[in-house]
Amino acid sequence: MKPLEAIRIAWEAILKNKVRSLLTMLGIIIGVAAVIIMVAISAGTEATIQDQITSLGSNLVFVQGAMTRGGPGQAPTGGLVYDDAAAIQDGVSGVKAVVVEQNSSETIKAGDVTLEDVEILGTTTGFPSVRDMDIAEGRYFTDQEIERKTKVAILGYDVAQELFGDASPIGEYIKVGNTQIAIIGVFKEKGLVGNTDFDSRIYMPISVVFQKFTPSMFARFMGDSVRMIYVEVEDGVNQDTVIAGIERLLVKRHDVTTDTEDFTITTQQDIISTRESTTAAFRSLLAWVAGVSLIVGGIGIMNIMLVSVTERTREIGIRQAVGATPADIRLQFLTEALMLSVVGGLIGTLVGISGAYIFGALSDMRTVIQASSILLAFGSAAAVGAFFGYYPANQAAQLDPIEALRYE
Amino acid sequence: MSATIIETVDITKIYGMGDISVAALNGINLKIEAGEFVAIMGPSGSGKSTLMHILGCLSQPTSGQYILDGEDVSHLDKAQLAAVRNRKIGFIFQAYNLLARTSALRNVTLPLLYNHADAKLSVEDGDQKARAMLELVGLGERVNHQPHELSGGQQQRVAIARALINDPVMVIADEPTGNLDSRSGEEIMNLLHKLHSQGTTIVMVTHDPKIAAHTQRTVILKDGVIDVINHNGNHHPTLEVQHEAA
Repeated sequence: MKPLEAIRIAWEAILKNKVRSLLTMLGIIIGVAAVIIMVAISAGTEATIQDQITSLGSNLVFVQGAMTRGGPGQAPTGGLVYDDAAAIQDGVSGVKAVVVEQNSSETIKAGDVTLEDVEILGTTTGFPSVRDMDIAEGRYFTDQEIERKTKVAILGYDVAQELFGDASPIGEYIKVGNTQIAIIGVFKEKGLVGNTDFDSRIYMPISVVFQKFTPSMFARFMGDSVRMIYVEVEDGVNQDTVIAGIERLLVKRHDVTTDTEDFTITTQQDIISTRESTTAAFRSLLAWVAGVSLIVGGIGIMNIMLVSVTERTREIGIRQAVGATPADIRLQFLTEALMLSVVGGLIGTLVGISGAYIFGALSDMRTVIQASSILLAFGSAAAVGAFFGYYPANQAAQLDPIEALRYE
Repeated sequence: MSATIIETVDITKIYGMGDISVAALNGINLKIEAGEFVAIMGPSGSGKSTLMHILGCLSQPTSGQYILDGEDVSHLDKAQLAAVRNRKIGFIFQAYNLLARTSALRNVTLPLLYNHADAKLSVEDGDQKARAMLELVGLGERVNHQPHELSGGQQQRVAIARALINDPVMVIADEPTGNLDSRSGEEIMNLLHKLHSQGTTIVMVTHDPKIAAHTQRTVILKDGVIDVINHNGNHHPTLEVQHEAA
């Protein structure tokens, strides 16, 4: 029997039992679709992370204060202070820019609109360029305004929308806590980066935040404590060298040892690799689940093929009587099993691709369909068909023609 | 002189082993010449089905030699036997044994599918030949009918067309009229006679003496051996033609 004839016979056999064939293929369809959709979802998540890498701005080193309480009778060390930023800028080579952040949370009012628990981010002039934020309207504050503690603010996009709608807020005043603040600008929409919503915050000179929102009695002795210092590394400079420089400087300034550091230094790469390893684990879990459903689908095919061989014993006998060799019979049933899984794989691919599209369109999650996942799923489906089809096909080939012809 | 199609030498077939073994055939020596129409008869248990299976290369003798068309087929493996069945033997069964939900044409071309010979027909030529065969058995108008759309007699005629498609050296008919009413049965016998008259060698297994009387010789089996061979005094056209030529 020629392969082409085997394919034709298999196709006819499948068409003769449409409903059963479809049900048999269902396992494979679901398996293949699951692989494609799940890989699309995790690839989508990774792409989102990639975008965040770019939107975070490149070459950033994060220095965060880690409050230590100190022992009995010891003053608590304050973690990072504002002056550390200047010290890093001046004392560490390879630093392009330093940005400081201190935050608080206040109720803000504009006219009769009140927003509670709005994050107030005190920062410095380098912030927009380092964090890749663009001004939509108005302007950012200046070094002079930081120095003079001028009570001005730039609104995040969402805050501006909620307080003023489509009207321009420039030149308006809002009440932050008990302080009157003049609005001088609005940022463009930025969205969620990691867990930070850049649009639902307001931005002020860090000196204003120190004075009005995070006053500390220790500030006079130790300086104003800050939440985070961003250090932008110069292009072509090794990040690790800069990190080591910052560490040496801060250990000295804070009078701590490397074992009792009151700060932590992380890089963007650290954050990204943590997230990437999480998504990689997530993805391989999904792939395993989907793989198991493929195997279950294969067992379904084997099951039905065994039933089919029994049911068609007489047909096998007839074919043997007119000259079909064991190899011919094996080829026929193997082709049928393969075709069930390949057609199932095709349908599953279509379902998977459209499913991934629909899922991406209807949910917040982004999906990216991977060609490799289609090949993988399709290839596994065919392999599953061949593997689970061989046993029934061999059973059929081993039938004795006389017994087979007697079978009722 | 005529060619010998079937020659068996001391064929035995033993089922089971040791004490419980049963000899279904116990030394069969039989010769059938080309162009003969032979009936094999016998009560149930006489071994006639077993003999038919061996003659049809569906099973193998336990001992002895079976020479089919000059080729010793006693020791062939399954695949080789299948090839011999395909090229040299056409089967007609009591239950027709057509593929269900498959057209008469596709049933007739079925043996072509398994013809591994080099001189294999193309699909078009095969279809054409199958149509000719269906024409020959009087079903030229029902090429695309499926078995369930045909009467018993018509189904059996499709089976005959299928048996002839690979130009076999002999046709083995197992109770070909067993499932048919007498009129259809008669039509089938007439068709077999027609084939016989055209030179086809036919070996027919039956339990019906009236059907057996249609043939030239009746081989009667009893307890696994040939009991008696009756010459029915029927015309043997091919042999005579050959004699005249000689």
